[in-house]
Amino acid sequence: MLADRADFAHDCGVDPVLPDFTLAPGESGDVLVLTGALVVSTAGPIDTRLRAITTPITAIDLGGVTAIDTVGAWLCWRLSRDAGAPIRHADPQAARLIAALRDVDDGRQAETVRKVRPWMRVAGNVGATVIGLVFGAVGVLGFVGQMILATGTLLRRPRRIRWRALTHQMELVGINALGIIGLMSFLVGVVIAQQGAVELRQFGAEIYTINLVGRLTLRELGILMTAIMVAGRSGSAFAAELGTMKLTEEVDAMRTIGVAPMEALVLPRVVATVVMMPLLGVYSAVMGIIGGAALAQASLGIPFFTFLVRVRLVVPTYDVWVGLIKGPVFGLIVALAGCYQGMQVKTDAEEVGTRTTAAVVMAIFTVIVLDAFFAVFFTEVGWG
Amino acid sequence: MSASDPADTRWPIRVRGLCNRFGDHLVHQDLDLDVRRGEIIGVVGGSGTGKSVLMRSIIGLQVPTSGSIEVLGESITAARDDADIGIRCRWGVLFQGGALFSTLTVAENVEVPLREFYPAMSEELLAEVAHYKVLLTGLPGDAGVKYPAELSGGMKKRAGLARALALDPELLFLDEPTAGLDPIGAAAFDQLIKGLQQTLGLTVFLITHDLDTLHEICDRVAVLADRKVIAVGTIPELLALDHPWIQLYFNGPRGRAAAAARSGAA
Repeated sequence: MLADRADFAHDCGVDPVLPDFTLAPGESGDVLVLTGALVVSTAGPIDTRLRAITTPITAIDLGGVTAIDTVGAWLCWRLSRDAGAPIRHADPQAARLIAALRDVDDGRQAETVRKVRPWMRVAGNVGATVIGLVFGAVGVLGFVGQMILATGTLLRRPRRIRWRALTHQMELVGINALGIIGLMSFLVGVVIAQQGAVELRQFGAEIYTINLVGRLTLRELGILMTAIMVAGRSGSAFAAELGTMKLTEEVDAMRTIGVAPMEALVLPRVVATVVMMPLLGVYSAVMGIIGGAALAQASLGIPFFTFLVRVRLVVPTYDVWVGLIKGPVFGLIVALAGCYQGMQVKTDAEEVGTRTTAAVVMAIFTVIVLDAFFAVFFTEVGWG
Repeated sequence: MSASDPADTRWPIRVRGLCNRFGDHLVHQDLDLDVRRGEIIGVVGGSGTGKSVLMRSIIGLQVPTSGSIEVLGESITAARDDADIGIRCRWGVLFQGGALFSTLTVAENVEVPLREFYPAMSEELLAEVAHYKVLLTGLPGDAGVKYPAELSGGMKKRAGLARALALDPELLFLDEPTAGLDPIGAAAFDQLIKGLQQTLGLTVFLITHDLDTLHEICDRVAVLADRKVIAVGTIPELLALDHPWIQLYFNGPRGRAAAAARSGAA
């Protein structure tokens, strides 16, 4: 019982007398005599012991109870109800509380959420995920359709284009990302040049480090890493912003005022990302090449500007086009995932979190899958 | 311990010289307020007079610029962080929107404070206690398994009240409990508060704009104006004072209507 005492002692300044009970034998059963303070802070342990009573109870005596609150009253009432035993010697406070509980008690068991066995839960989750994927695909398709319709409306009525929202989003997605994307790309350029040089040196072909860095950054890595960074920075922000706005009914308020959320919220974000992504991709590639050139100057003995001039000679123009074509597509995917997931939020704060996660995962996964398709496609059409 | 001091048991809330300043904006200056044990005290004041700030100061959510606040004999202003406030299990707070935890069901919401303070309680008892608390606040029994998003505004307030009552507190803080309820729902909520206060012997600190609530259930009314409590008393006592704001508040068109309804019913 020492542990029980410690449980309530640290919480409240009050130090109630620990409750206890005795069973006084009577003619047709026992009389349950309760003593001490029957309050919320002491109810836990005695409740467990009271539940363990198996002998029939004919009456409940509260004469020795020093303090009682609704939890204590509930214990008395439950025992009295279940055993059909009258309550004796209740003081006015106890009688009032027990009467109040008797009045509201609907006699039903407290409903609890049923526990599902783990293997059932696994099967259930798999099913829910599959169904979710199917409905999700239909939902995304519907969302894209709405977006195309909204774009059509805006193109017919260009005065309704929200330039301020668009430029604001372009700043958030593009300008504010310059620092982190530049630093990341520079470092990746350094790493590629370093690792490439180590391998190529074995063939005495260190000079091909330039080809490696130039082609890889312009064609693949620049835009891919930018897409991943933008998905993490802006895609998640879209989902969280729109999701919170859905929760606070801001989106509903907009619709009642006559502002289409598609036009005011979704399209500026999507267009801004589609426009900024290729720009950021090129910027990222350039920073990667500068990183490679810096490494080459420092440890390979290739002068910085020689490196840059060589890049122009060894990288075919279509590599730049490959990067530029992928840019808007990846931008569309990242923005679409963020906005779609955000607009699906309906219930609570937790959903904002799961939808934001889903937006980033969906964006990065789709970007990488599409990148593989692009790689095969461009090689097949002769842009290898 | 300090609760044995008789002065503390008669005055569960004592506010002395409270100042709250936000930047250049002085919300409270030298504010004093005493709340009697077992009363329902209504706090009124115009918008922006710092009613909610006063409540947040008393329950330790807002550190005042200066002044002292004692609740149930314990100093709130001397506490350095939330864990220092040892009487948190002796009060319950109902926030304006209910502030239910949105990822938990109503019953789980009620169980949260019980689990926090009394880990010795069995799951069965927790479920039973949550169930009867839900019933006590006038919600149907099956509301316990619902999530807050599935409840109407009035039901959210009742569920919030059930959570506020979870620990059988001595003190109940209510922030505009009837705001946003329909007149029938508001009247029922008033009676619920009054009934619970009498049954459970609560002291209730109630912020409200609802004149009907003030007339129906408040034992005393504290008026906040000019950055302090300018008067505390029953409504007739307040009306006897010749303060323009109090006159305007209780004798404006809405105030007269509420008073007329009150005297008509009596």
